Amino acid sequence: MSETIIEAVGVTRILGRGAHEVKALRGIDLSLRRGELTLLMGPSGSGKTTLLLILGCMLAPSSGTVTVCGNPTSNVDKEGLAKIRRDHVGFVFQSYHLFPTLTATQNVQLALDIRHERGRRARKKAREALDLVGLAHKVKTRPGELSGGEQQRVAIARALVANPSIVLADEPTSSLDSENGRIIMRLLAEAAHERGQAVLVVTHDPRILPFADRIVQIEDGLIVDRPTGDAEVLHLPKPSLFPPRAAAGNES
Amino acid sequence: MSLALTLASRNLFHDLLRFVATMVGIVFSVVLVMVQMGLFLGFGHMVTTMIDHASTDLWIVPKGAKCFEDPSLLDLKLRNKVATLDGVATVVPLVIGFSDWRQDSGEMTPVFIVGADLRDRVLEPWNVTDGNVQNLSQGYSVAVDSSYFDRLGVTGVGSTAEIRGKKVKVVALTDGIRSFTTTPYVFVDLKNARTLTGTPGDRANDLLVRLNPNADRDKVVEAIRAQVGSAEVLTTAEFRDRSRSFWLFGTGAGAALFAGALLGVIVGTVIVAQTLYSSTKDHLNEFATLRAMGSSNRYIYNVIIYQALINAVIGFLVAYGIGAVVVEATAKSALPIVITTWLVIALAALTLVMCVTSALGAIFRVVRIDPATVFMR
Repeated sequence: MSETIIEAVGVTRILGRGAHEVKALRGIDLSLRRGELTLLMGPSGSGKTTLLLILGCMLAPSSGTVTVCGNPTSNVDKEGLAKIRRDHVGFVFQSYHLFPTLTATQNVQLALDIRHERGRRARKKAREALDLVGLAHKVKTRPGELSGGEQQRVAIARALVANPSIVLADEPTSSLDSENGRIIMRLLAEAAHERGQAVLVVTHDPRILPFADRIVQIEDGLIVDRPTGDAEVLHLPKPSLFPPRAAAGNES
Repeated sequence: MSLALTLASRNLFHDLLRFVATMVGIVFSVVLVMVQMGLFLGFGHMVTTMIDHASTDLWIVPKGAKCFEDPSLLDLKLRNKVATLDGVATVVPLVIGFSDWRQDSGEMTPVFIVGADLRDRVLEPWNVTDGNVQNLSQGYSVAVDSSYFDRLGVTGVGSTAEIRGKKVKVVALTDGIRSFTTTPYVFVDLKNARTLTGTPGDRANDLLVRLNPNADRDKVVEAIRAQVGSAEVLTTAEFRDRSRSFWLFGTGAGAALFAGALLGVIVGTVIVAQTLYSSTKDHLNEFATLRAMGSSNRYIYNVIIYQALINAVIGFLVAYGIGAVVVEATAKSALPIVITTWLVIALAALTLVMCVTSALGAIFRVVRIDPATVFMR
């Protein structure tokens, strides 16, 4: 079995107080492993985003423990959690969240800059990351001049450039057409299979099911559809529907 | 170079209107402070111009004399007492006072008479551009500054007027000896000064004491104090400080200038704080993204501080340019603005402090950012 990168044990999260109290998570056990692309699926309000925030060290669980690359996140202050994110986690957001005043290269470089990697070497790494996502010709372009798919590819380059152990993606294809969605998912699958990163994708999008190594279904704060054995998830065979490699460079 | 600086400059220049508003605030503030403090320095120099140009070691002044222009009188017998003391080289009486200058046309204007014995050369006109100072001892001769030509109805050496019924003749002209009271200085010989101010022959306003080169100043001062009774003995530096203190703070003029400068600092700080805060609010999503990516708070503070510093540097340079023009424009005025190197350094430091202080509000706002918000947008 491959190395466990994130392990959540008995995680609960209660939102609100008193009459407004909501149990967003009701005892989640989940581990993310190196080299696997995991889809976290479920209806709105099921607790997907809350779980993502907890796994991404942005929200503390009400109870239970989360360990990221061997670092327990309980009783760690905000700066400590930021350091864990900085050292181990790359994020891909639904709305890209690129910096509109910076070029594509600078946006990617920013992920290195906050890790004190600067200068020519950082710029070279940023350009290599953009090359990896098929945007070598857009290095000096600003986000406003890029299509949605291209912006999301820049965001993926930014998430991958520092080579984090974990990539957490929140609805990365929901704003994209199917072609761009496939490109984005193929890049995330490559991150898992070729770079050995643990990738978790929160999604509603059934089009991306073929890219998953496994699917975690969550409803009402609980993981459901548990098969037998040690798996808390649906284990899928390697996708036979994997789109051809050439698709990445075809987007204009 | 960190991208924090790039991000800071892009944030600033991205919204040009806000950037211009920030610059207006900083430039207004710094120019106001520069002018106020420049006036303060200029005023400080002007009120002691006679003391600064007197060639003396000690001043014997009437008790409580607050400044050079103080009209109180000393008994001239003190001169002989002091002159015999060890270490004293010369004791020179000085007679000053307000009088009226009547032009040949009959028009009257007040003037301030300054008279010392020319042979002693303790306080004679400087920056002489025409005529001869030594001619002041001949008849009722005067030296005036060319900047007061219009006020005095003077056209040059040889012009005449009347003071206290005496016909006076201009025998020397100076340049740049201006009075902060706007009353023109008129230099005369000691003898004539008594006549033109109505000062009795056995009185003088001040006694200027020169010491022998090897004299022990402190001991001589003590010895003089023992001889002059209620009169005061001051070094030039002490008299200068006392005069400045009186005119700048005793009259409230200095306090008004400082109040104006403080107002400038407050206005500048508020404007910069407001624009930085609104800029930060506009970029909260970006700061939250940085935080979500794992950036330290310090990295985000750096972005904001860099914004403040860029504001400060550009704002100061623009303000300095305007200040230089103002200095040039007022150089020949009644009260020139004086900007020294130290004032420039102090203003630069003040601008930096003002801008960085202004960033605190924005920083306090950023501290409260929840990185999770990027998943909600």
